[in-house]
Amino acid sequence: MDAFLQLSLAPILIGVLSAIACALPGNFLILRRQALIGDAISHVVLPGIVVAFLATGVIAALPMLVGAAGAALVAVVLIETIKRVGRIEPGAAMGVVFTAMFAGGVLLLEQTDTSAVHLDVEHALMGNLESLIWFDAAGWGSLVDPAALAGLPPELPRIAVVAAVIALLTFVFWRPLKLSTFDEGFAATVGVPTRTIGLALVAASAVAAVAAFDAVGSIIVIAMFICPPAAARLMTNRLEAQVGWSIVFATVSAILGYVFAGYGPLWFGAQNAVSAAGMIAAVSGAILAVACVAAPHRRRIGAAQGQG
Amino acid sequence: MSAPKLELAAEDGARAPSPAEIANASLALSEITVSYGEKPAVFSVDAALPRESMVAIIGPNGAGKSTLLKAALGIVPRLSGSVRVFGQEIERARDRVAYVPQRASVDWDFPTRVIDVVLMGLYRELGLLRFVRKTHRERARACLERVGMADFAERQIGQLSGGQQQRVFLARALAQDADLYLLDEPFAGVDAATEKAIIDVLHTLKAARKTVVCVHHDLATVVDYFDHVLLINVRKIAEGPTATTFTSDNLQATYGGRLASTHIDQLKLSS
Repeated sequence: MDAFLQLSLAPILIGVLSAIACALPGNFLILRRQALIGDAISHVVLPGIVVAFLATGVIAALPMLVGAAGAALVAVVLIETIKRVGRIEPGAAMGVVFTAMFAGGVLLLEQTDTSAVHLDVEHALMGNLESLIWFDAAGWGSLVDPAALAGLPPELPRIAVVAAVIALLTFVFWRPLKLSTFDEGFAATVGVPTRTIGLALVAASAVAAVAAFDAVGSIIVIAMFICPPAAARLMTNRLEAQVGWSIVFATVSAILGYVFAGYGPLWFGAQNAVSAAGMIAAVSGAILAVACVAAPHRRRIGAAQGQG
Repeated sequence: MSAPKLELAAEDGARAPSPAEIANASLALSEITVSYGEKPAVFSVDAALPRESMVAIIGPNGAGKSTLLKAALGIVPRLSGSVRVFGQEIERARDRVAYVPQRASVDWDFPTRVIDVVLMGLYRELGLLRFVRKTHRERARACLERVGMADFAERQIGQLSGGQQQRVFLARALAQDADLYLLDEPFAGVDAATEKAIIDVLHTLKAARKTVVCVHHDLATVVDYFDHVLLINVRKIAEGPTATTFTSDNLQATYGGRLASTHIDQLKLSS
């Protein structure tokens, strides 16, 4: 049992909280047909995080967020510039900028000495769940022992705070968020600050992406934004229930993904565990696939509207 | 591209409303200009729509009718101009204005029920966290009753026909209990029964001393439905009582010759 507490509890919790933090804004991104914004954000954020590390020498929440925000700003300016100077269609401009910035982040990461901390290319791409170990755990008593709790990996309280704040914001601003997602024009006429709500949603997604960076890296995080909410949409025709289902699916993906990655290969006689982040994304994808075939409300999502 | 005749007509109509007219109007627009690209979609439109009337905004496709409505409501930014609702700034008069967007402007696959859409009309009362009470639900249901959709309250909105969608949108506006109702093409693509149901509701609103403004595209029904018209084609062409303003000349100016004269002859025009 101690082994579970030491090796698995913190990674599982971090995985679950990351998945939930991403799935909550993901619900609205999907309904607004902005699902790929999550992808774009996760790409742009990488160089920001690396630069923040280079500038401060530590991996801490605040510099990472500032770096990510700065990178997002640079991305917006670059996209606008390319659109105007190059006269390229917006989609192409975005694709170029996101990919180039991500590649820049990878190069930067390779060239710098980050051996002292958990920040390398593999980590950045695929996360680092397995290494987030709680050494101080010695039995269930540790869960109420302040000294032992102080030894928890700092990623856990960080993602816990982020997930809690995103959940709270989603709850408090539920009505304007739902209203402006369904009917932006009408929402504006009843006094909803639709532009601010839209920006806040993207900002919350960016914060979730940065915080989930520890757990699942910057590529796989897109699965956390899209798969649980997309599968949830197929389960119900009510937004409240959809968000509930997305949390369930996010949690199940994280737990099953972690367990399968750690023990799955052993069941098949292989020696080594596989990437937990990769397995979490694979499980969430599998859940979506099952929902597509078997869920009760399999209507189109992300498809163009239009019916008589 | 515009004929000189159109310029002339625009200048005829272009007179900014006086302060007294603005104060008395339900919706007063002064020099509204909106541009999406380089060419203005709406150029310097003035209007002072009377209270307790049924107003049609008429013009060809791309004339800026919907844009004018959205600019008046602050949904799209205007380059210039000011808007007054019952003499007040629009931001101060939000409680008195209900807007019905074009049906096709939203995704009807959105995961919500009919009753929830109508409850959105109570947003200004409910705010962020106030609990939806039984009285709120009863009011929403009563609004659905008025548009003949009470039986559909629990349905998912994706199951509705076009006409039913339009009625639900109207019910949401009724729930707002406003004094000025702005509707964007409420009769577009709806069945005859729905058109009848909607116009009946709009006439009861007028009878209750409300003002109704519709972006309207069906010239054949203008005389029957509306007592005031605003003709625009990017610029304002004419505005006034249907009886004196909905004339063949004004229509020709508005549609710039795109309207066949045989078509005009068939309309019930004011002479």
